[in-house]
Amino acid sequence: MAEALVAIEDPAVLPDTVGVRQPRRFTVLFWIAVVWLVLIIALAVFASVLPLDSPTQVFACIPNSAPSWHHLLGCDELGRDMLSRIVFGARVSLEVGFTAVFIGLVFGGTAGLVAGYFGGKTDLIISSAMNVLLAFPALVLALAVIAFLGQSLRNVILILGLLSIAPLARLVRASTVVYAQREFVTAARMMGFRSRRILFREVLPNVMPSTLSFAIVAVAVAIVAEGALSFLGLSVRPPAPTWGNMIAEGSTYLSENAWLALCPAAVLCLTVLALNFAGDGLRSFFDVKDSAL
Amino acid sequence: MSRGHTTAGHEYPEIPAETLLTVEDLRTTFDTPRGKLTAVDGVSFELEAGRTLGVVGESGSGKTVLSRSVMRLLPKRGATSTGRVRFNGHEMVGLTQKQLRGIWGTELAMVFQDPMTSLNPTMRIGNQITESLRYHLGMSSSEATEHAVVLLSSVGIPTPERRLHDYPHQLSGGLRQRVTIAIALACGPRLLFADEPTTALDVTVQAQILDLLAAQQRERSMAMILVTHDLGVVAGRTDDIAVMYGGKIVEQAPTKTLFAEMRMPYTEALLGSIPRADQPSHTPLQAIPGRPPDLVSPPPGCRFAPRCPYAQPRCRHEEPPLREAPTKGHRFACWFPVGTPEGRQALEENRVRGVALDPARSVTT
Amino acid sequence: MTTNDALLSVENLVVEYPVGRGRKVHAVSDVSFDVQAGETLGVVGESGCGKSTAGKAIVQLPRPTSGSVLFEGTDLVKLDGDQLRRFRPRLQMIFQDPVSSLNPRRRVEDIVGDPLSVWSAELESSVASKQERKAKVAEVLEAVGLDPVSAAGRRPHEFSGGQCQRISIARALVLEPKVLICDEPVSALDVSIQAQIINLLEAMKARFSLTLVFISHDLAVVRNISDRVAVMYLGKLCELAPSDVLYRTPAHPYTAALLASIPEPDPAIVPSTTGRLTGELPSSIDPPSGCRFRTRCPRAEERCAAEEPVLREVATGQRVACHFPLVEARPAAPANVASQQSA
Repeated sequence: MAEALVAIEDPAVLPDTVGVRQPRRFTVLFWIAVVWLVLIIALAVFASVLPLDSPTQVFACIPNSAPSWHHLLGCDELGRDMLSRIVFGARVSLEVGFTAVFIGLVFGGTAGLVAGYFGGKTDLIISSAMNVLLAFPALVLALAVIAFLGQSLRNVILILGLLSIAPLARLVRASTVVYAQREFVTAARMMGFRSRRILFREVLPNVMPSTLSFAIVAVAVAIVAEGALSFLGLSVRPPAPTWGNMIAEGSTYLSENAWLALCPAAVLCLTVLALNFAGDGLRSFFDVKDSAL
Repeated sequence: MSRGHTTAGHEYPEIPAETLLTVEDLRTTFDTPRGKLTAVDGVSFELEAGRTLGVVGESGSGKTVLSRSVMRLLPKRGATSTGRVRFNGHEMVGLTQKQLRGIWGTELAMVFQDPMTSLNPTMRIGNQITESLRYHLGMSSSEATEHAVVLLSSVGIPTPERRLHDYPHQLSGGLRQRVTIAIALACGPRLLFADEPTTALDVTVQAQILDLLAAQQRERSMAMILVTHDLGVVAGRTDDIAVMYGGKIVEQAPTKTLFAEMRMPYTEALLGSIPRADQPSHTPLQAIPGRPPDLVSPPPGCRFAPRCPYAQPRCRHEEPPLREAPTKGHRFACWFPVGTPEGRQALEENRVRGVALDPARSVTT
Repeated sequence: MTTNDALLSVENLVVEYPVGRGRKVHAVSDVSFDVQAGETLGVVGESGCGKSTAGKAIVQLPRPTSGSVLFEGTDLVKLDGDQLRRFRPRLQMIFQDPVSSLNPRRRVEDIVGDPLSVWSAELESSVASKQERKAKVAEVLEAVGLDPVSAAGRRPHEFSGGQCQRISIARALVLEPKVLICDEPVSALDVSIQAQIINLLEAMKARFSLTLVFISHDLAVVRNISDRVAVMYLGKLCELAPSDVLYRTPAHPYTAALLASIPEPDPAIVPSTTGRLTGELPSSIDPPSGCRFRTRCPRAEERCAAEEPVLREVATGQRVACHFPLVEARPAAPANVASQQSA
């Protein structure tokens, strides 16, 4: 009888909604985003072999001139080619943005996972440390690091990485707390799984999507922050271009020639948007909902 | 009493009852990525003032969407609902949100399954009750507070004056459900929708809440639609029961008739699957095999046929209409009804052919 | 050590947790019971009675405040982390919420197969190779009524609630545990699906020679599946009896009140309001003195507030903690002796 009872669900006889899967497709928006990202990255990588003016050569054209056939994006207040500056700037900016946030993800993410999963004293210690890090004035930290370690791109990345640890840790901790209470985590503990396995196999995959979408925004923030540091003379020294310092310099001319700030800002904005759309597209492609219940 | 025909002592069938709610050919569809999902598929019924209708079905049977469709509480995007819903003199289909707001809460109220999510967690319960009193009935603040105290004590909440200042999380599940009932009753509705009002509660509290709903209903001669998946909950507490399956009403009858002369195999199966406390331990339960149909592409013929122990070839391609049974007010949709010679023969044929879909049933009968 | 040969023996279990300002919730207070090999022990009570906490304390998640949990003679409470980990495969649990208990990002074959891959090396079992593991997963999925071919590659959201509960059961059974603790496994399901899962648990119990602890607030369900039933109220055990005895002649007024609240699927039975429980569950931070049920008990007297009733035997195998039980103790019955009742 036991066998008879068990063989209740005969897929041959019963209608089974499980069999119907919706076809997954990427949207047009996703492809536009991907094309933009590939373009930006390709330009940054091959900047030196492209037929572009030097980004630092002044009076390559008439200062503040509008876009023309020779200078597709026009020229800045010193007569430097904007397109060239944006392309060369992309190298620094993308490197700074991504590496800094990567540092934040690795350290902040791990701290957040550990704090959220273990709770108690561990959580108290890590959360307090993160609060201190958050409360520490960012500029003072930047000045201190530059003073001790010297001015270099590596140190800028270090500073921005340090600054992104605390917010990312907080975010990861918050969603870890939610998932750590779910019964599948209890079930995993009941199976005798070790904590490390539970953290990385059960919790992390669930925490990742929301963390990554926040990280994409954090990349943009880091790129702009680099500009601010650069403006203060704490980052890559002008005249070497970055998107951040182009925005920062251009913003002083906003009333006379808004183009100088808006052009790199628009490129940054489009890049972040593209990252978001590409991320969303990938996510819905690999979409894993909670049960449809 | 103006609606004296519903009270005891009057011959119910002789005096024409006042029809409070008429639903005709109600059809609600949702756009899903997989296609159009028909959650309610041509449902018609009537409800008289002061009566209680139980709507019973598994999850996915369309019972909740039905109540939302009647109340016009469907999401704005992706849902279309056609048919006629006539309630207390209003044609509900086609009313604007503003017109509906005048009906919701005052003439038509609802109690949901989860009292925690239907109450605002950041608002004191006193304010949540007085809000609708002031909005709908134009009461002053002090009048509304006074009335709220009366309401809370009428739903059995001890020390109501103190409870007014509590937040929902300070109350137990049972008390919270009492508060939502108090809010629903605040403006004296003529029809109360109770959608699984006790599913989230303990049995002891469930009994209390159902008693409370029954008492309030009698007192206010209010009609009620009790939506649930548990036939046990509606058995002693409703005048009529409509059993839903796959978005359709498959059987409807006065409660006693339904239990005494059920015709639809689904109703029988639903009743059989309830564990009974008066049966000895380890009595095999008559589980319904499989799962409810996919409403995007329902099976042809009778929607219950794939899970039905009575099913014959005819059931799989020809859909049975909802037809009248000899007993007044009893309707069912089945080609081989339970308790008829056709039904018995169908069951016997299946047994002989060894297509017993439900092994538990063949063990117990 | 106790003298009995129970498979699982819970003694003086206490679970308390602090809620700040020096106060604590008395979730489980001094609860003792035995579970014999091969039997199903039902645990019933309202929410907040500590039944789920007790179930989790048995598997040491989290560890109880005090008391002991003897499993095959070993006290799980005294084991350190790694020793306890080695006991885990033998005690498994399934939960109420079929959705929450499955990781939405993992495939069914991983959910069910992971325990095997973690344990295959350590247990030197017969499922060491990948192929054998796969076969074992398929076997268990088949046993719980899922088609292994179509189910293995899917993720939980593609299944209904009842099917998710089947997956949970498969995951719990894949390590072939001795004891399965079921924490409200059917409360979130429709009645029709509930019956499927109960029948499935009965079948699995027979097939895998399981011992079940079945926790539920639904008395009819508990009656159906259990050999013996323990009734809990506000962290205390009120009554423990063979299920047929408990339902025929309840001894504790609380048990009687619980039984009176079961809805009858029969319109001829008009729900009566007599015997219903009134009032609210008292706070478990500051439980009533003496008998904890006295504040809602129709039979309560002064003695109930002053003196806490101890569990004593009133009929064969039926033990009750009440000064004024509904079933009078036979004079000869020695009080408070561990029952030797078998399944």
